Amino acid sequence: MRLATGGRIDRSRPLRFSFDGRAYTGFAGDTLASALLANGVQLIGRSFKYHRPRGILSAGAEEPNALVELDRGPGRREPNTRATMVPLTEGLVARSQNRWPSLGFDLGALAGLGAPLLPAGFYYKTFLGPGRDAWYRRWEPLIRRMAGLGRAPEAPDPDRYGNRHAHCETLVIGAGRAGIAAALAAAEAGDRVILCDEQAEPGGRLLLLPGPVPGLEALRAQPRLRILTRTTAFHYGLQNYVSLAEVLDRPDGLRERLWRVRARRVVLATGALERLLPFSGNDRPGVMLADAARAYVARWAVLPGRRAVLLAAHDSGYDAAFALQDAGAGVVAILDLRAAPPAALREAAAARGIAVRPAHGIAATRGGARVTGVLAAPLRPDGSPDAARAEALACDLVLMAGGWTPNLALFSQARGRLRWDAAADAFLPGETAEALECAGACATGRGPGLPLAAIAAGSLGARKAFVDPQNDVTTRDIALAVREGFRSIEHVKRYTTTGMATDQGKIGGMLGLAITAAARGQAIPEVGFTTFRPPYTPVSFGTLAGRHRAALFDPVRTAPTHAWAEAQGAVFEPVGQWQRARYFPRAGEDMAAAVARECLAVRNAAGLLDASTLGKVEVVGPDAAEFLERCYVNAFHGMRPGRCRYGLLLREDGFLYDDGVIARLAEDRFHLTTTTGGAARVLHLLEDYLQTEFPELRVWLTSNTEHWGVAALQGPAARAMLAPLVRGIDLAALPHMAVAEAEVAGIPAWLFRVSFTGEAGYEVNVPADRLAALWERLIAAGATPYGTEAMHVLRAEKGFIIIGQETDGTVTPEDAGLGWAIGKAKRDFIGKRSLARPEMLRPDRRQVVGLAPRDARVPEEGAQLLAGADRREAQGHVTSAYHSAALGRPIALGLLSAGRARLGETVFATRLDGVPQPLEVVSPVFWDPEGKRLHG
Amino acid sequence: MLLIRCPWCGDRPEVEFRHAGEAHIARPADPAMLTDAEWAGFLYERANPRGDYRERWRHIHGCGRFFNAQRHTLTDRFAGTYRPGEEPPA
Repeated sequence: MRLATGGRIDRSRPLRFSFDGRAYTGFAGDTLASALLANGVQLIGRSFKYHRPRGILSAGAEEPNALVELDRGPGRREPNTRATMVPLTEGLVARSQNRWPSLGFDLGALAGLGAPLLPAGFYYKTFLGPGRDAWYRRWEPLIRRMAGLGRAPEAPDPDRYGNRHAHCETLVIGAGRAGIAAALAAAEAGDRVILCDEQAEPGGRLLLLPGPVPGLEALRAQPRLRILTRTTAFHYGLQNYVSLAEVLDRPDGLRERLWRVRARRVVLATGALERLLPFSGNDRPGVMLADAARAYVARWAVLPGRRAVLLAAHDSGYDAAFALQDAGAGVVAILDLRAAPPAALREAAAARGIAVRPAHGIAATRGGARVTGVLAAPLRPDGSPDAARAEALACDLVLMAGGWTPNLALFSQARGRLRWDAAADAFLPGETAEALECAGACATGRGPGLPLAAIAAGSLGARKAFVDPQNDVTTRDIALAVREGFRSIEHVKRYTTTGMATDQGKIGGMLGLAITAAARGQAIPEVGFTTFRPPYTPVSFGTLAGRHRAALFDPVRTAPTHAWAEAQGAVFEPVGQWQRARYFPRAGEDMAAAVARECLAVRNAAGLLDASTLGKVEVVGPDAAEFLERCYVNAFHGMRPGRCRYGLLLREDGFLYDDGVIARLAEDRFHLTTTTGGAARVLHLLEDYLQTEFPELRVWLTSNTEHWGVAALQGPAARAMLAPLVRGIDLAALPHMAVAEAEVAGIPAWLFRVSFTGEAGYEVNVPADRLAALWERLIAAGATPYGTEAMHVLRAEKGFIIIGQETDGTVTPEDAGLGWAIGKAKRDFIGKRSLARPEMLRPDRRQVVGLAPRDARVPEEGAQLLAGADRREAQGHVTSAYHSAALGRPIALGLLSAGRARLGETVFATRLDGVPQPLEVVSPVFWDPEGKRLHG
Repeated sequence: MLLIRCPWCGDRPEVEFRHAGEAHIARPADPAMLTDAEWAGFLYERANPRGDYRERWRHIHGCGRFFNAQRHTLTDRFAGTYRPGEEPPA
């Protein structure tokens, strides 16, 4: 019910909104929660497990129950939004969640009748059968439908999310009284200050008082101070690196903004959170935190009920009861769990005509979707309510004043230690390595009430006394977990899921700890504490992703002929960050037909591949040859300028790391290529050795991957096609594995005679921006463009390995059949010593072999290799498998234990259809074993 | 995110750097002279202490230089960073 006067709302600006399809009206300044309460709506949702009715429990970020779905149109449907944190706007559409068919009549609530069957850990106990995998096949999908929160949106989010970096001397988190004072003092001392608060209006609990917030005007006058509202500090990183999520909802589409603040000093003024009290039926709508009820009256002029009962374990509850009475509500009774509430409070209540009953609790609540009464009962000596002596009190609102927990989630994230303070009956901030201070209620608490231990002890026997109302965890669930042997608080938490709901136990977590201690017969500090982890409250994926979406999610690199390939209808594949043309289908061709045609074109005439994505590094300096000699397995000192070598790079552990062609362009200049995906890590490794192991060498390394465009023209007709375009050298005189400077199609070029196909071929390196021009000339000369898929087939036919496909970090050069590349006379190179370790010399190491299927099927890459069709132990695996158009049959490469000694043997490759496929172990070189075509 | 002081460029955020393992593990001058056990120690055995740790970083998205740092593995506090060849902080 809305009060006629008071509050911080603007009655001149009414706002229409809907909840579950019904139209309501609120005012500017309302939250969705206050507007719903003003309209008498208390039933907001259903709980996670039992589908029990749930209402609004709090007035802030700690709300566990009032989760709704907001719908602002396609792509803007937002589930699990706390109604207490949503400022009311015109036309707001909200819906309840986790109910079917309707919120009022929810079939899932039948689960509540079966509650005794769903105790803590019921997942692990109940759903064991029938049959194997019953959990995954049967129970888990069922429970997912029954339980669960809101629906994830399906359409892409059309809004924008911003990102800012900020630096300041002082970051103050929380704009209550302590935060405002700290921010003002810092600003007056000359600091740049950022003051943030999760609420729409700064002030914290000062907002419970009428009139302007004291100190706010002085703050706004500070030029170097920035106040951020609706901004939650959700992550506290090392060295005061704090992440803030700011909700903007700007009309231009900027929805939220992520701030990353590096502060010299942080002041936590995060206050304290009121705890709920554990009694039977404490989850019924209409049961509310006392301070929240006070806030609804003071800030939004809403009476959350007409007849209230206060259950108090702390003095602060009396303020709430008095405020409600002042606003026109009736206070039926104050039940104080303490034997001797302060005399001043009892007198004040008496003066207002309110009966205070010391040493009383609530034995049960009455009502359905809304509380209609309580059973007020005197406490037994153990602190539990004595239902036999209970008296029924009619009411529509129950206030819980359970005492206060200092809000130290961020302090804990900052690796601060919490220490138990017996006098405060709370964990308070202890040591931290950060430049961090706590101020206000988060540092001191808000004064002790009835000790937590006593509250916990009195609740162990209660039925359906909820500690975690969202996850449906009761005091009995925790006691059961302890009885079943869960001792560590971390284990109790995981087994019962207490404190693991979206609110992360903000109002019930400390109580769960106290109940665990009571069940174990220990003091609270002996139980320990669970670590707070980020985020403090849920943060949208949009805020975390920011602009890193779609094309900006990960940079896309394209080769110089990308546009040409796109125009030809090429199909692309990602290779690292590169998009490479995989094949060029012609009309009516599927992938297999296109790849077969491209392969045959290379074997019979000439094909053209854009090889620009290969990593390229220029190694320059008087000691360049010596440097490469120390790094690569090959010998370089005797290499003449103009020659190329197939280079292998190992790690110190002796395993293949990368391969490529190394060309000596001049006495002091080498050009080396790396695999497309290995460019960055190879340069990193080479820099490491150059800077830290061989700093005496005069060598400079420069990545020029993007500077050179590379056209690989391969095939028996390659020379005839290329020769008319070449000026400056005699192409016929350029031998295999040689390089020369020339002019090709009028473009200055380094012309490499190299082959990754087994055919005679050239790789023409020209400045990247001129490759497209060269490319069109070569196409006009009759070359067939081919893509990476044909490249893979062609190299596999020739038995050439690909790093990362035939190798997996456990393959030596000898294993790969590349022992010939090692400079035998070399004293040392990276990894050489490892090659002499006994493990590396074992005869049963897995070696690269060819695999010829005995039928017409292409084996599955990754398939395990078995010695017999009925054997289970893997002796290796298939690393590459293709249909070879040139050979007219499938071929494969694999790693096989002692493989080279097993030529002619039959092994079996596992298949997903279950019947292993027979393969003959053969040489990996399927095509032109003598290598005549390379030199043709 | 850590704030790391590159000895050449100054304080920069962690994303500009790449960690490069424990510091002061020199590659043996003549690996062939090492026993298999000694070589395995060079390859794989690292201190991994709870406490002060000397480690290498590279300012890979900056000047590209490798340098050394002394960091406490529990608090992530840097006692200091220093160039190759320089003495670690006391």
